[in-house]
Amino acid sequence: MIDIACIIATAIIAVASLLTLYRLARGPGVLDRILALDTLVINTIGLIVVIGLWFRTTMYFEAALLFAMVGFVTTVALCKYLLRGNIIE
Amino acid sequence: MVIAEIAISLLILVGAFFLFVGSLGLAKLPDLMRRLHGPTKATTLGIGSMLIASMLYFWIVEGNPSIHELLITLFLFLTAPVTAQMIAKAYILHNIQEREVLTETGRPVGWATLDAAEADEHSEVTQTSSNA
Repeated sequence: MIDIACIIATAIIAVASLLTLYRLARGPGVLDRILALDTLVINTIGLIVVIGLWFRTTMYFEAALLFAMVGFVTTVALCKYLLRGNIIE
Repeated sequence: MVIAEIAISLLILVGAFFLFVGSLGLAKLPDLMRRLHGPTKATTLGIGSMLIASMLYFWIVEGNPSIHELLITLFLFLTAPVTAQMIAKAYILHNIQEREVLTETGRPVGWATLDAAEADEHSEVTQTSSNA
């Protein structure tokens, strides 16, 4: 039962990532694209957790944690650059 | 055990649904301040219920409880508001029309993005940064 739920969840997350990619390609401003990248990272974390449940292994949680950290730092650095014209002052 | 499996499957599906709702909101809503709403639901409810499902699975079915999921949850819950606020600040700075819609702050200084407060002379941090 968990396997079927994982397959359905993977399909739904794939569609969600496609919607995010649409906003990433289309988005009128640079901030829309930053937000789309952030959402794409969130979707990827969800996908990694689902795959970890599917293959019954805890190996992927470190990958999810690393994705969360890199996504946060990326978003904040891009916003900081837009706000101040510089990242580390 | 069957009840646990049903609960885990439901939590996985609920998480996937909220991730989808977040991305749909990002794709469909008209401007950035409204688009900020969608991914927040994906972060908190979507990833949250998926990680609860994962914790339940490794605790009840496999028999070894793990706290890695709690770390991810804690980190995401701490960073999501910071990200949203940074994006909103940059949006206010870059959009001229958006500034006219902003209400008054009700304080001597305006919005922090546009109208920086006077540097506090007794503060050590601001002195070092102004010297540098």
